Amino acid sequence: MQLDLLALFVVNGLIVGVLYGLVAMCFVLIYKASRVVNFAQGELLLLGAWVCWGAVVQVGLPFWAAFLLTLAFSVVLGILIQVVVLRPLIGEPLISMIMVTVGLSVFFQAILKWIFGVAPQSFPPVLDAQKVNLAGLEVEVAYLASCAVALVALAGFALFFNRSKLGLAMRATAFNQQVAASLGVSVRQVFAMAWAISALVSAMAGIVIGLVNGVSAGLAAFGIKVFPAVILGGLDSIVGAVVGGIIVGVLENLAEYVDGQFLHWGNLYTIAPFYVLVAILMVKPYGLFGTKDIERL
Amino acid sequence: MALATARPCGDFRTSYAADKTIFPTRGSLIAALVGILALLALPLVLDRYGLSLLIYIGIYGIGALGLNLLTGCTGQISLGHAAFFGFGAFGSTWLSNKFGVPVALAIPLAGLMTTVVGIVVGLPAARIKGLYLAIATLAAQYILEDFFARAEWFSGGAAGAHARPYELFGFRLAGESAYFYVVLAHLVVLYVFATNLLRTRDGRAFVAVRDHYLSAEVMGIDLTRYKVLAFGISTFYAAVAGALMAHYVGFVSSESINILLSIQFFAMIIIGGMGSVMGSLMGAAFMVLMPEGLELAVHALRSTSWGDIPQIVNGLAFAKEAAVGLAIVLFLIFEPQGLAHRWRLVKAYWKLYPFAH
Repeated sequence: MQLDLLALFVVNGLIVGVLYGLVAMCFVLIYKASRVVNFAQGELLLLGAWVCWGAVVQVGLPFWAAFLLTLAFSVVLGILIQVVVLRPLIGEPLISMIMVTVGLSVFFQAILKWIFGVAPQSFPPVLDAQKVNLAGLEVEVAYLASCAVALVALAGFALFFNRSKLGLAMRATAFNQQVAASLGVSVRQVFAMAWAISALVSAMAGIVIGLVNGVSAGLAAFGIKVFPAVILGGLDSIVGAVVGGIIVGVLENLAEYVDGQFLHWGNLYTIAPFYVLVAILMVKPYGLFGTKDIERL
Repeated sequence: MALATARPCGDFRTSYAADKTIFPTRGSLIAALVGILALLALPLVLDRYGLSLLIYIGIYGIGALGLNLLTGCTGQISLGHAAFFGFGAFGSTWLSNKFGVPVALAIPLAGLMTTVVGIVVGLPAARIKGLYLAIATLAAQYILEDFFARAEWFSGGAAGAHARPYELFGFRLAGESAYFYVVLAHLVVLYVFATNLLRTRDGRAFVAVRDHYLSAEVMGIDLTRYKVLAFGISTFYAAVAGALMAHYVGFVSSESINILLSIQFFAMIIIGGMGSVMGSLMGAAFMVLMPEGLELAVHALRSTSWGDIPQIVNGLAFAKEAAVGLAIVLFLIFEPQGLAHRWRLVKAYWKLYPFAH
């Protein structure tokens, strides 16, 4: 047993987990507001990362300008997706809703590969120091920065939902669309808002991860990791999504540790969250904290 | 999936017998028989390329029909169809390579083997619904993909497995024109079976489970039984399609069994029409022919004066992939009932021409 190695894996897991949680939160935001299951969440990350990379490396903008440009682009894109693709499908069965986002994800993946190529690319270094000593553990600065960005975004979310009028409108819509509409909330606007915010935060997460790991199509895997996270945390709980994401991150790294130390199976860590997911669904068909639908005839 | 919400005019039935029949008129029966005869004659006319396209359409058509029985007819979403397709492919090569089972027998045996796996997946899946089921089948896809890459005794691991050519009574049915008949035979048997299944009590039970599962249960339909049955039948179709593909191509690798293939199967049934047997074949044809059409378009573009743009020529593979996604989105928005519905409308229009109203 190498305890310091284990600790390193756990810390890494926590940091990656916060990012998973952030993405899962974006997913839950869309689901809560508009009941759309977004299988293209990972592609929103990927889009943000590629656009920012393109602006920095191919156009030559300074990083902060590229960052702001990407955020603006993501907001417009999120609203466009909602208005053009999802608005015509309101009231369609669940299968259509799921498949349309799956279709979007395939489309974006291919288009991005077409434009930016399949090779992974890395950002020019933005931060000076590479590693920092944290309580005896070597941790990459970029990881810490990404963690900080994620925490700021989470705090921003909490403020937005609890303090602002728009946030209140979104919560009201999530609670009951008809009641919210009758009280003067523009449900269309809320749907568009949800997509805009979700795309914006996803793009931020994408850029942050791109800074650490480089940008490649593999980033979209974050969108798939959302599912174990929300199954753990409940589909309609924002806090639950964050907690679920952190658990998945730690779990993945623990699996990697166990695999590397004892089992030597190789790539167990990519599959481990799915085993957990299936196990949970066997016991609790609506996820750990999901609300059970009560249906009447 | 409001299937028959917009029935074309002139299409109404007055008895259950008329509703249940496969061929509503003598003309349609004759048309079907003539159609099959025409297909039988096709290898005399078409070249190898055309035949290979038809073989792919047939194989994917079988797989898509399996997914359509599960998703279109029973309403259970499965994003792991490719995994069962792959299980059938590996299963058939495993049976024929390791135990010397004749290929003609190994294909249905692999189907049965996969059905067992499908039931194992389907039994717990009977407890979960809608979105959660979609996520669980997605997880099954990833887990089985990992299994294929890992289980060297079964699938050859990362190296993949070689499949023997199709043999029947010692005759080797390789090559496009011979294999075309093999696929056609499987296709006809499986399509007739599915059409018949939907006319029976079991088939109506599937539709009842899809339309409103609680009402179905109140009417005395055993939900678990029918959901598991649908999973079993669907995986059987997927596995037969996978096995046919393996023995046609001659090689299976675990990398080709990816989530994109699952999505492609789903695209086929959305494009063809949810819950429609013939729609599955139309969707498969669309998905096979669309990339070829793109390729033709690019070739045509290259021969024009301003063509030969490297981005377009090199991006062809990505364009094909993007077209899959775009087709799903566009069909869901503009033609949610698929090609089968459009075909019905066209037929009805000509039936009453020129007095349609």
